[in-house]
Amino acid sequence: MAPLNRFQMAWRAAQDIQEGMLVNLGLGIPILASDYVPDGRDVFIQSENGIIGCGPLAADNAADTDLVDAGSRRITLRSGASIVHSADSFAMIRGGHIDVTILGCFEVAENGDMANWDSRVPDKGPLVGGAMDLAACARSVWVIMEHNTRKGEPRLLHQCALPLTAVRCVDRIYTDIAVVEVTPTGFLVTDMLEGMSREELQVRTGAKLSFAPDCRALTAPPITAPD
Amino acid sequence: MAIDKRVSSAQAALEGVRSGAVVMMSGFGGAGFANVLIQALSELPVKELTLVVNSATHPYSFTHKLIENRQVRKIICTAARGRGRELSVFEQQWRDGLVELECVPQGTFSERIRAAGAGIPAFYTPVGFGTELTKGKEVRVFNGREHVMEEAIYADLALIRADRSDRYGNLAFRYAQPNFGPAMATAAKLTIAEVRAFAPEPMAHTEVQLPGVYVDRVVTVGG
Repeated sequence: MAPLNRFQMAWRAAQDIQEGMLVNLGLGIPILASDYVPDGRDVFIQSENGIIGCGPLAADNAADTDLVDAGSRRITLRSGASIVHSADSFAMIRGGHIDVTILGCFEVAENGDMANWDSRVPDKGPLVGGAMDLAACARSVWVIMEHNTRKGEPRLLHQCALPLTAVRCVDRIYTDIAVVEVTPTGFLVTDMLEGMSREELQVRTGAKLSFAPDCRALTAPPITAPD
Repeated sequence: MAIDKRVSSAQAALEGVRSGAVVMMSGFGGAGFANVLIQALSELPVKELTLVVNSATHPYSFTHKLIENRQVRKIICTAARGRGRELSVFEQQWRDGLVELECVPQGTFSERIRAAGAGIPAFYTPVGFGTELTKGKEVRVFNGREHVMEEAIYADLALIRADRSDRYGNLAFRYAQPNFGPAMATAAKLTIAEVRAFAPEPMAHTEVQLPGVYVDRVVTVGG
């Protein structure tokens, strides 16, 4: 099987979102996961600007500039939605009321340290937004990112090289070739691309991997564009 | 005389604003920018402003006009990266040392503002511990976890946007328009709201999202 594309990675993470969860999705690939929550699971999506219960994107003729999500996308509200102001939204986040946040990322260390806000592009300003609050305070922190950089360098590391977002915060990583839990003893692989060897996955990773006894094949349906 | 917080124009609303002011401006993702007031501020001969605003570069906000005019000495924000490879006007001035930047996690940003309005000069938060954004800040352990001390942000002026107001300055917002506005209104010595429409009758208490006690002047701008 080929490595998962961005939609398939979002799909795979969405399968682990459980009934009744309050979920915050980061920009980029994570936000796509809202399209792939399994039917029948009632989930509320929180947006850092204060929306509790984001619905699908608005049709062009219904788009409203006052109804936007954290990515400035014009959205709709789901039934049962509510809206609070920013200080209350982050009280909700910091207070541990978000069950899961799924965030994009550059690097994760084997102790759960995360780097996702500053890739050190010269002269470009920093953009931290709500990432530090979510990473430090959501009850579970999941990351979706490619297993390796474009140059082939590992993103799962013994220690992060880029500036940290939060320390010891990541619980699980969904990549294009594996699903990896962060445990007190380091990275534990639970899903791995079919046809890939453990040695090959280890070579593409910057820290020691363990493998779950019930390590499964990483699969996703063929998706090449959003629903 | 009965309370009536209406003023006739954005220019009149900004009466008394001085150089060196700390100015909070609401807005997130296209919702809640007080662009009529920001435009009016950009036309005043005031300089050396410190802006407290979520984004230094958001394309829907008029923040960039203040920066282009060289009216800004410092920005406290959570996002300072312009879209694309080209440097934004903020990034150019920041690179050239013309404007100072304090980048803050968004929850810490909003809580520092709320704290100022709630009489709390400082607080401890776990957010940002172990990162460069909190380097040098006091750390204390509570419940076995490290927290950093963060100080309240007080302002001279808050410019916020709402949907409706009555004569008492009570405000109602549309959808995600409140964002930082309600907290900023509490943290500033002078709060000015631009609103789409003025309600001729006092609003029902169930409709009021921000009590008029936090709002000093209201200007109706339509839109």
